[in-house]
Order: sequence, then C-alpha cells, then structure tokens
Amino acid sequence: MKVLVAVKRVVDYNVKVRVKADGTGVETANVKMSMNPFDEIGVEEAVRLKEAGKATEVIAVSLGPVQCQETIRTALAMGADRGVHVQTDVELQPLAVAKLLKGVVDKEQPQICILGKQAIDDDANQTGQMLAALLGSAQATFASKLVLNDNGTANVTREVDGGLETITVKLPFVLTTDLRLNEPRYASLPNIMKAKKKPIDTLTPEQLGVDVAPRLKTLKVTEPAKRQAGIKVKSVDELVDKLRNEAKVI
Amino acid sequence: MSILVIAEHDNAKLNAATLHAVTAAQKIGGDLHILVAGTNAGAVADEAAKVGGVAKVLLAEDAAYGNRLAENLAKLLVSLAGNYSHVLATATATGKNVLPRAAALLDVQQISEITGVESADTFVRPIYAGNALATVQSSDKVKVITVRATAFDAAPATGGSASVEKVAAAGDAGLSTFVGQELAKSERPELTSARVVVSGGRGMQNGDNFKLLDALADKLNAAVGASRAAVDAGFVPNTYQVGQTGKIVAPELYIAVGISGAIQHLAGMKDSKVIVAINKDEDAPIFQVADYGLVADLFQAVPELTNAISK
Repeated sequence: MKVLVAVKRVVDYNVKVRVKADGTGVETANVKMSMNPFDEIGVEEAVRLKEAGKATEVIAVSLGPVQCQETIRTALAMGADRGVHVQTDVELQPLAVAKLLKGVVDKEQPQICILGKQAIDDDANQTGQMLAALLGSAQATFASKLVLNDNGTANVTREVDGGLETITVKLPFVLTTDLRLNEPRYASLPNIMKAKKKPIDTLTPEQLGVDVAPRLKTLKVTEPAKRQAGIKVKSVDELVDKLRNEAKVI
Repeated sequence: MSILVIAEHDNAKLNAATLHAVTAAQKIGGDLHILVAGTNAGAVADEAAKVGGVAKVLLAEDAAYGNRLAENLAKLLVSLAGNYSHVLATATATGKNVLPRAAALLDVQQISEITGVESADTFVRPIYAGNALATVQSSDKVKVITVRATAFDAAPATGGSASVEKVAAAGDAGLSTFVGQELAKSERPELTSARVVVSGGRGMQNGDNFKLLDALADKLNAAVGASRAAVDAGFVPNTYQVGQTGKIVAPELYIAVGISGAIQHLAGMKDSKVIVAINKDEDAPIFQVADYGLVADLFQAVPELTNAISK
C-alpha cells in the first residue's frame, strides 16, 4: 500500500511576519522557510505506517517554486521513500493545490493521502477536504488517532469542538492531521545524507492538465490594528482594583 | 441575491455559533435562508425560524445527516447551491470540515474565516495567524465562505417568523460512518461564547494545578482554556486549546496564567476586550498584548486573586 503525503513550504512558525510596505503581501525574501508543522506530523504518520509494515512506500509531494525541493528533502530525511515536485511559480490557492494533488494521486494510486489540517501561512484549512471531494473518497480531518482495520477501512479519532469523535472511513481516503496525532521525529545526520540520493520526480501543472490560475484576487494585505501597550500592576489588589474600577469587567 | 447559512446543531438545539454567520450574511445582503440538515431536527428548524432576519428555513432530514458526516452534507449542499449566490457557515469544526468539500465539488475557491464583509464579492480574512489581514475578491459564481464567529455579533435568536420548508435529502455517500464521540463535560460556559476566559499554559506544570484556575473561573463564571503547550503536555484535553489552530475567543476579559504568549496563542485571543497576564517571567511576550500584567508566581497570585474577587 502506498501512502502519499503532501508537504508545504511556509514561513517558519518562529518568524514574526511583516506586511510589505506596498500592501501586496507579507515579506518572504530572506525569511527562514520550513515545512508546515502539520505536514511534519503527516510525514511522521506516513513513516510510522511504513515502519509498522502497513505501508510499502511513502511518497512526499510538494507544489510550488524550485525551493520546494528542500521541503521534499526534509520529508525524505524523515523517512519518505521518494518525492514528487510539481513546479510552478504561480501563487497556488487550495483548490488548485487539490487539483494538482489529484493529478499525482491518479498516477500513483495511494490508498491513503495525508495532509496537514491547515498551512500556517494562508490558514485556509481546505486542501485535504477538497482533495477528498475531487477523488470522491472519504475524508478524516483533524485526526488525533489512526487505526487501520483488516477489512479495507480505518478508524480515525478526530478533534472536534466539543471533544473527540471517531469515524470509520473506507480506503482509499484522505487524512488531515491535528497536533496530537504524533510527535514528529528529527531527521538524523545519516538520514539527511541518505535523503540526498533519494529520487524526486518533477512535473508541471500543464503535464497534469490543471489550470492553476488563482480564483481569489488579493486586493490588499494590511497589518491588523495593534493593541495599546498596557501597564504592569504591582500586586493582586491593584489588579482587582483596575479590573473593577478602570476596566469595569468584574 | 440569496444566501444560504448552514445551521450548526446537535439535532436538538441550534448552536449559537450559527447566529454569527447570520450577521455576516446580513452584511452581504439578500434573502437569507438557513439550512438545518439532521435527524429528527424539527425542533432546530423551529428555533432557526425565529432567528431575526431569516426569510426561510430549509429542513433536510435523513439518518445520513445525524452525525454531521462531511461526505453526506457536502452532497446535500451541492444539490442546493445552485439557488444561491452565497453559502455560509460558521468556522466551527463542522463548518471547516464540510464547506471545503462542497466548494471543491462546486469548483469554487472557498474563502475561509472571514472577519469582514467589504461587498458581495470582497471579504477580509486573517492570514499568518492574524499577523496580516488580506482583502480578497472572488470571481466564483457561488461564494462559499466560513465566518469567524468572534468578528461578527450574534443575530437575535428571536423575533423572526420564517417559514420552514422540507427539502429532499441527497442520500448517503457510503464512504464513512460515525462510531462515537467523547464530549468533554463541563458546567462552565462554552469557551467560544464565555464573557470571561481563564487560560493556563506550560507554567501550570501539570493538569492537577488547573484546579487553581477552576476555582478562579467559578468565581467569575468563566470558561477555562489553555495554550497549545499545556494541551500537548497532556495537562488538559484538546477542547481547551486557544490559538491559531485551536479555538478563537474574544471575551470581555481574558486572563492568561503561566502562558508565555507564542504567536499562535496570541492569534486565538488578541481580540479580547481586556487581557490580563500573570507570569513570573517579566520578559514574556504575553505582556506586550496585556492591558494589565502582573509579574508574579502564579501559585501565589491565582489563589490570592480568587480570594480578592470574593470580597
């Protein structure tokens, strides 16, 4: 059974992003880029399926500019077997990403596609659900536990607003990861070296027959209103006094 | 224009989260319909019919909708979407699960978690954990949108008198089944709608120490939340998590206890009206967004605060 895992190159989660002065976007030049943290959890889950003998091959897919190959290498160093890079410099929105991933899935025929539940740059939380829709397969989103059954189904525990829920899905299906699914490993130096020799195929949107033109036009990007800096109080009594008499919230 | 708002409910009661999407829909303007899809959900439809400003309630009843499975609900939405210019849902776990699936089936690029309506096709949404706001314009024929509840006031739950119309179910997609759920039980107000929220972070050291926050929350009729660090460490369940990928809250008063203030946590609470931070590290980033900061050992300050509020 093949497992496909999608990995996105995003601004590192530790970077404080800055809005560009011309309001066209955020500054990404000379900023540290990393794999989307939810996708790291996805790679870890896929590699664990292989280590448990359930998966035969883990394919890491990334879409975007040439630098996405670095992100694929990170996945390969964590234990993925090979990579697929769909190269384009066009801004990819979730629907286009889902269509491109469907193109790769049609070629590779994985039984499970694993995606992060959301990317920490556009915070869209759409791509996994969209991919499942386009494939006509089940979706198990916001997963905190995956158990494969023997009868071609899987039980997935999902993090929902009120707690946890468990669903059974038919294979093939799309899984999106939540934070508690696992703790991703760090790639060891020998594995980073080995990853350099693993193959990465490169495709284009045209080869996959996908129109990736953005549907949403970004008119402007602005900074949110800043909170006024507050004050430090010296004691609990002063805090209670401020909350009662100044802020009037208790 | 006509707008379809998806009701969030448990087959018995309408979830108040829906009322925020109704307000967003009113800002867009047009005939406003609410879809109640469920099992034996007639009572929810009656409740939805009373929401102010709603012209019609569509009731789709089928066992396939009883547990909010995305595959089945998305099919239903696709069967109805042709009549509407906009399809909206509040960005709850269900809304986030179902709407993108329907959007892809409609070949529409969804607009996630809007915080503002500029016009019928132009919306504001936060990106990068709320560190930037993007204004985006959609050219799709149907706008599929999730709404951030904290950015829109709740529409009045009563005052309307819409008609309830039954619509045909679209069947079971046969891809997934519901097994069961473990819902966290709490006597306290719900985190996303509470007037006061008391949250704990890694500084709480263990789950047992959250009892200190429970005692304070009881005094303030507050909900209890947590940072991702506290949830990841297993102190409290995932339902407590406030942040970029957890719950977004904007209460009157947010008290952050032993929380350093990582970017992804601030994304979930920085629109609170008044923020209090209690932390022993005076350089903690949480103090940069706090209206009132107290540099203190939480194990002394929190019980002291609980006592002081009782006076």
